[in-house]
Amino acid sequence: MVDLTYENGVLTAKLFGEIDHHIAPKLRGAIDARCESVRPAKLILDFGSVTFMDSSGIGLIMGRYRCIALLGGRLEIVHIPPTLKKIFVLSGIETLGVMK
Amino acid sequence: MKIVNHMRLSFLSNSSNEAFARAAVAAFLLPLDPTVAELADIKTAVSEAVTNAIVHAYPDTTGIVCIEAKITEDHRVIVKIRDKGVGIADIERAMEPLYTTAGGERAGLGFAVMQSFSDKVRVRSTPGKGTAVTLEKAIRSADGQER
Repeated sequence: MVDLTYENGVLTAKLFGEIDHHIAPKLRGAIDARCESVRPAKLILDFGSVTFMDSSGIGLIMGRYRCIALLGGRLEIVHIPPTLKKIFVLSGIETLGVMK
Repeated sequence: MKIVNHMRLSFLSNSSNEAFARAAVAAFLLPLDPTVAELADIKTAVSEAVTNAIVHAYPDTTGIVCIEAKITEDHRVIVKIRDKGVGIADIERAMEPLYTTAGGERAGLGFAVMQSFSDKVRVRSTPGKGTAVTLEKAIRSADGQER
């Protein structure tokens, strides 16, 4: 579901498997708990091993964008698989300038 | 419009069934040999419709969600997701992007995704009686195949 690693002020959340309305709250809980304990300067969400995502994943990203901003950090999204590009474009997340 | 295959399934409105529902529809379509992109589109649209039924149709209770899927002779897929929940009073408003009544971290993109990932979306709803969402998509990769 998610592997979290923290190094030099950067918290990386490597997501894997499917992200839907059932899974998203579990990911949110794990990522937010770690964010609050280490207060990273940067949170990286790595989508490289995500095999499916619906709009629950967009809600998850928007929520983490707000959460990390409140802690004074910034969000970065990396390794978006080709099959997920369409939903990212539809959501308008690219306008936030967080996609690498 | 000749129907060449047809399936029905029903399940409880538990969020753990969202993955089951989209995987079942995807498996039903496999004989059409859809592309990865076509399959991802249908799975995503079905997931949105099923999630809507689970989140909105049965907010305080558990109910039944039914899926009926058909494949037509001309390689179109028609998937109807039906519930007997609270219904939608204002369908037009519910379909506006970013509109949500669920709060939390719901993006309000459910219908926008269904519309973008399907060729046609029809919504019929009666407050107090339930909602039926019908998604339709042509499987273009199946055109030209021997059947």
